[in-house]
Amino acid sequence: MPSLAVTVIGRDRPGIIAEVTRVVADLGGNLEDSSMTLLRGHFAWMLVADLDVAADDLAARLAHLREDDLVVSVLPVGRDEPYGTEAGYVLSVHGADRPGIVAGVTGALAAHGGNITDLSTRLGPGGLYVLVAEVSLPGDVDVVALGAELAELGRELGVGVSLRPAESDVL
Amino acid sequence: MESQRSVLPLPQPDLPVGRVLPVLTAPDPGRVLDAPCPEVDPTDPAVVQLAADLAATMRVSPGCVGLAANQVGIGARVFSLDVSRHPKTRTTHGCFVLVNPVLVEASRKERGREGCMSVPDFTGDVRRATRLVVTGRLPGSGEEVTLATDAFEARALQHELDHLDGLLFLDRVAGAHAIHPRTTYL
Repeated sequence: MPSLAVTVIGRDRPGIIAEVTRVVADLGGNLEDSSMTLLRGHFAWMLVADLDVAADDLAARLAHLREDDLVVSVLPVGRDEPYGTEAGYVLSVHGADRPGIVAGVTGALAAHGGNITDLSTRLGPGGLYVLVAEVSLPGDVDVVALGAELAELGRELGVGVSLRPAESDVL
Repeated sequence: MESQRSVLPLPQPDLPVGRVLPVLTAPDPGRVLDAPCPEVDPTDPAVVQLAADLAATMRVSPGCVGLAANQVGIGARVFSLDVSRHPKTRTTHGCFVLVNPVLVEASRKERGREGCMSVPDFTGDVRRATRLVVTGRLPGSGEEVTLATDAFEARALQHELDHLDGLLFLDRVAGAHAIHPRTTYL
């Protein structure tokens, strides 16, 4: 199976990850490792997906993102290790690998205006898929209700989902 | 480090011969690892056998310092623990099994790296209290015991208490870069 490395760089806004992973999921692609960070307010993301389409085809399906001043590239391979910034909450998702996990969970976050400031996902050799994201939420979000919504979504997707405050080092 | 170690063994219950049970790994299709475990009767012979089985399974598993009942597929608030041979241990209560454990006090959180027999492919950085008080019942007699501990035993106890609430260390990792592929298998 071919692997494609997709990078998305540009002005940050909520929902970018949800839109891209939805396209990949709808193409039957499987997300492997990915990492995202903010560089001086600029969204920077690279993901590696197991995806049975040509790089140009995927690029065409992501072309609408350029309207938001986002630079999208699709390459046959590539990995990197960006570094991130802090956020108020840590989102953990783990479970059996399947297409659409990241799209579903980040889609729910984006619907509440939640913005991912740092994210990594890993697919273990034993089939365990793990996502950890650092998330900032608008001040008016009911975090308890959002946590319950994400937990319910997790049950539907067959994965465990936890949303917790990022702990500071104040003792 | 060895000279600073404090050994406070608990009363040793008279347990039957333990059986070595297979350990579940995530993702667990039966979702036993994800479900909170109910309290059980510490004097129930089935619980006493489970206690022996957990201790036996832990003992034969290299590097294993604790094992919760749902890791062997049984939903019950029971875990075994033995950090006495771990280099990060300060206080240790030896090898013991607790039934219906309850967290009483927790303070002084520190970040440390954890692994888990049920998550063999990853380790993760987790903030845990380093001072801890836990109560629970001993299998067989049902005697209530209180453990005040620190350092690595405190971390291990919180890890096992999380298992009984259906949580893995993956649910508590400190941030997006706090999950690491496991490269050393014990």
